[in-house]
Amino acid sequence: MKLWICALSLSLAASGAAGGARADAAWDTVLAKARGQTVYWNAWGGDERTNNFIAWAGDEMSKRYGVVVKQVKLADTGEAVARVLAEKSAGRNSDGTVDMIWINGPNFLSMKEKGLLFGPFADKLPNFAYVDTANKPSNVIDFTIPVEGMESPWRLAQFVLIENSAGVATSPRTLHDLAAWIHAHPGRFTHPDAKDFMGATFLKQALIDLAPNRERLAKPATDADFAAETAPLWAWYDSVRASFWRKGEQFPADGPTLMRLLNDGEVDFALSFDPAEAAAGVEAGRLPATVRVHTLDGGSLGNTSFVAIPYNSPHREGAMALANFLLDPATQAHAQDVRILGSYTVLDPAKLSPEQRKAFIDLPSNPALPTSADLGAVLLEPHPSWMTALAQEWRRRYAH
Amino acid sequence: MIGFRVNPARTFVALALGGPVLAGLALTLAPAFGYLPAIGGGRFNLAPWRELLAEPGFAATLRLTLVVGFAATLLSLGLAFGLLAASGARAKGRGFAFLLAPLLATPHAAMAIGLAFLIAPSGWIFRLSSPWATGFLAPPDFATVNDAAGLALILGLVLKETPFLLIVAIGALETIGADDHFRVARSLGEPRIAAWLKVVAPQLYTRMRLPIYATLAYSLSTVDMGIVLGPSHPLSLSLLSLRWFAAPDLDKIFPGAAAATLQLVVAVAAVGCWRGGEALVSTFGVSALQRGRRGGAVNALGAVLAGLGGVALALGLAALAALAVWSFAWRWTFPNAWPETWTSDNWRRGAIALTTPLGDTLLLAAASASAALVVAVAWLESDDRRGRPPPSRWIYLPLLLPQISFLFGAQSLLAWTRLDGSLTAVAWAHTLFVFPYTMLSLERSWRALDPRYARAAASLGASKGRILFRVKLPIQFRALAIALAIGVSVSFAQYLSTLFAGGGRVTTLTTEAIARASGGDRRFVAVAAFLQAAIPVLVYLWALLAPMGPRPAQR
Repeated sequence: MKLWICALSLSLAASGAAGGARADAAWDTVLAKARGQTVYWNAWGGDERTNNFIAWAGDEMSKRYGVVVKQVKLADTGEAVARVLAEKSAGRNSDGTVDMIWINGPNFLSMKEKGLLFGPFADKLPNFAYVDTANKPSNVIDFTIPVEGMESPWRLAQFVLIENSAGVATSPRTLHDLAAWIHAHPGRFTHPDAKDFMGATFLKQALIDLAPNRERLAKPATDADFAAETAPLWAWYDSVRASFWRKGEQFPADGPTLMRLLNDGEVDFALSFDPAEAAAGVEAGRLPATVRVHTLDGGSLGNTSFVAIPYNSPHREGAMALANFLLDPATQAHAQDVRILGSYTVLDPAKLSPEQRKAFIDLPSNPALPTSADLGAVLLEPHPSWMTALAQEWRRRYAH
Repeated sequence: MIGFRVNPARTFVALALGGPVLAGLALTLAPAFGYLPAIGGGRFNLAPWRELLAEPGFAATLRLTLVVGFAATLLSLGLAFGLLAASGARAKGRGFAFLLAPLLATPHAAMAIGLAFLIAPSGWIFRLSSPWATGFLAPPDFATVNDAAGLALILGLVLKETPFLLIVAIGALETIGADDHFRVARSLGEPRIAAWLKVVAPQLYTRMRLPIYATLAYSLSTVDMGIVLGPSHPLSLSLLSLRWFAAPDLDKIFPGAAAATLQLVVAVAAVGCWRGGEALVSTFGVSALQRGRRGGAVNALGAVLAGLGGVALALGLAALAALAVWSFAWRWTFPNAWPETWTSDNWRRGAIALTTPLGDTLLLAAASASAALVVAVAWLESDDRRGRPPPSRWIYLPLLLPQISFLFGAQSLLAWTRLDGSLTAVAWAHTLFVFPYTMLSLERSWRALDPRYARAAASLGASKGRILFRVKLPIQFRALAIALAIGVSVSFAQYLSTLFAGGGRVTTLTTEAIARASGGDRRFVAVAAFLQAAIPVLVYLWALLAPMGPRPAQR
C-alpha cells in the first residue's frame, strides 16, 4: 500500500513535466484505487445548506466514481486536527479515521507545521487547471501561508453584515457609523465570542480598518507590533462595548447563534462569511423577510475554503477524487447557485470553455443577494498569528 | 462452576469495564503532567498546571463549577424530600410513577434544549406573557439562559435530578419501613411534613448516599447541559477541558488534561466535603431534635420545598411540550404566543437528516442496554450461587467519576487498539455507563426475591439454570424491563462518551441535537431533541406497564 503511494506520487510528480497522457494515466490509477473507498469528510456542520451540498456531492461521487462520502459534522474544525494528532500519538500512521478536512487559516498552519498533511496533491488534480491563481490570491496564499499544494480550494468566503431593515434605517458603512448606531440603539448589536472564527473575524475586520500600518498584519505578530497595531482597535471597541447586547458582558457562541438572535428579534445585526446566507435564510423561514446584506466601505475580509487530506488517511485516492470533483466547473456552478450554496467560485472564468462559462451565466439572480459591486473589494487575511493573538487578547480583556 | 475461583461475570466487568476506566485515567494523567511523546511532551513537568492556573478567569471557572455542583445537588435533594414529605403515601402510587416517567427517561440534553426554549429571553414563557403582562415588544436584553452565575444550568440540572432522587427515594422507602416512626412522631404533635422530614428523611438519606454522590459528581462535571444552558464566560471546568482537547493548537492537550484531572480532584474533594457536611448536619440535627421543639419552621420550609418541587416538575413537562410545539412551527415570531404558521415539513427534513443518527442511536441503545442487562443478571445470579456476598461498591465508580477525567485517555487507548470511531467502541463506552445504572435498578429487586422460590424449585429437582430461566427471570420480568428501559435512556443520553469513543464518526440524536443546540435551526433541533426524549420515554412507559410476571406456581 505504502509502496504504491510512493509510486503514485512519483508518477504524479513526473507527469507534471511530461504532460497529458501520463497525467491521465496516473489520474486513472487514482480513480481506480478510489472506487469502493469511503471518504470521511470532516467538515464544520453548523450550516444546513453546506451539509446538504456535501450530501449532494456524496451522491454524485457514489454515482460517478463509486466513492462513498460521509460527512463528519464538526462543531469546530480543531476537533479533526486534534483527532489526527491523537492518531499520530498512537502510532496510527496508515489507517487514520479522517480522510478529508474542510480547513483554512490557523488549522491549516497547525497541521502543515506538525507534518499532519498528505501532499502536495492539489496541483495534481486535473481540475486544478481551472483555478484562479492570479486574481484570487487567497486560493494559493491561505492567511499569508503558502498553500504549496497541501490543500485544494473549493469555495470563496467574504465577510458581510446582515441587518434587519425593520430596525436599521440606514446601513452603517464605516466603523464610525456603526459605533454611532450602536450608541443610539443599546443592546441591539453584538458579535460572536472571539474564540469562534466568526467572532475573531469581526475583530480582524475592525483591525484591518483601524490598524496604523496594515502591511504589518501580513507578517507574524510580534508583541511590539501587536500592541501598536491593535491600540486603535481596542480604543474603538472600548467606546462601544457597553452598548452591546448584554452590555458586552456576554457573547453568542458562534455565527449561527448570532443569526438565531437576529431571527428572534434580540438583535438587529448578524455577521456571515457567506453573502448568500441571508437570502437562503429568508427562503427557509429562518430569518425575517426584512434582512439585508452589506459590507463596510473600504472592502471586507475574504478567504478561500480548502480541503486537505491527513497524512494517515487510508482513502486518500477517494479524497483526491472528491477534491477534484469539487473543482469541476459544473460542481462550482452548482455551488454558486443561490438556491444551493450561493458561494462564489474559486475558478477563473477565462480558463473555462464557453459551455462551462454558460453554466455560471445562467444562474438565477436574487434581489436579496448582493452583487459583486455591492460587496466591494476583498481584503486578504492577516497572518494566522494575528487571529490567535487577537482572540487571546480579547479574552484577557473582556472575558472574565 | 462454583468450585472454580474465577467468576466470569466479575472478571468480565473488571476487564472490560474497570480496566479501560483505570487506563483512561492514567492516560489522561500523563499528559496532565506534560507527558505525551507524540506531540513533543517527552518529560514529566508541571507546565500544564501552570498554564491552567494562569488561564484568565480560572478562579471564576472553579467557582462556577463548585456553585453549580453543590447548588443543583442540594436543591434537587431538598425538592425531592419536600415533595415526598408533602405527598405522603401518594408518592408510592402508580400515578406518580407515570408522572415522573417522562422526566426520568428524557436525556439531559433534550431537557436542557427544551428548558432553553422555555426560559430564554425569546422563549415561550416571555412569548406567552408579552407584551400584555411584560410590555416587551422585543425580547428583553438580559440573560435568562447562559447567565454568568450558572442559574439556568442549575435549574436544568434540578429538573433532571429531582425526579431521579425522587424515584430513588421512593424505592428506598420500601426498604426502611419508617411508617411506625412516622406515626409516633405524628402522635407527638409534629405537623405531617415536619414529622416526615425529622423522622423518615434521615433514615432514607443513609440509603441514598450513592445516588446523591452520583448527582453531585454529575452536576460538578456536566458537559451537555453546560453547553446548552451554562455560560460561555466563565466556562465550567469540564467545558474548559473539552475546549482545550478540541483546540487546533495541539499543545493545548496538556492544560486540557490538567483541567480534566483537576475535575476529578474536585469531584472527589466535593464528595468528601459533602460527607463532612453530613456529619455536621447530623450533629446539629440530633441536638435540635433532642430539644424537641415542634417544627413549625421545618414544616413551612418543607411546604416551600414541596411547592418548588411541584414547579420544577411542571417546568420539566413544559420544556418537553416546548420541544413538541417548535418541532411543528414554520415561522414563530416574538412575541406571538403560538407559531404563525404550522408545518410538518420540519419532521420531513428531520427524517432525511436524522436517518443515520437515529438508526445508530437505536442500535447503540439496544446493544448496550441488553449487554448490561445480561451481565447484571449473570453477576447477580453468580452472587446468589455463592451465597450472596455483600454488594460490590466499585462497580458504581463510573457514576462518581467525571467522564471528562478518563475519556480522553480511553480515546487514546481505543486509537491504539484501532477501535475508535467504530460503533463497537461507542457501544462499549455506553455500556460502561449503562451497566452501573442497570445494576442500581435491578439489584434491590433481585435481592428482595424470596429465596424459598428457588429452594422449592431445587427440591423438586430443577437445575440451577432451570431455576434461573423458569423461576427467577419470569418473576423479575417487570424489574428486568425497567432495568432495560433505564439502560436505554442512559444510552440515549450519552454525549461525551459518544464524542470521544466515536471519534466524531458516530453520530447519535444526542450529538446532533447538542451540535446544533445553540446555533442550529431551532425547528430542526426541536425534532432531534423531541425524538431523543420520546423514544426512551415510550420504552420506560412500556416497562412500567409490563406485567409483574407470572407466578411460578402457575406453570
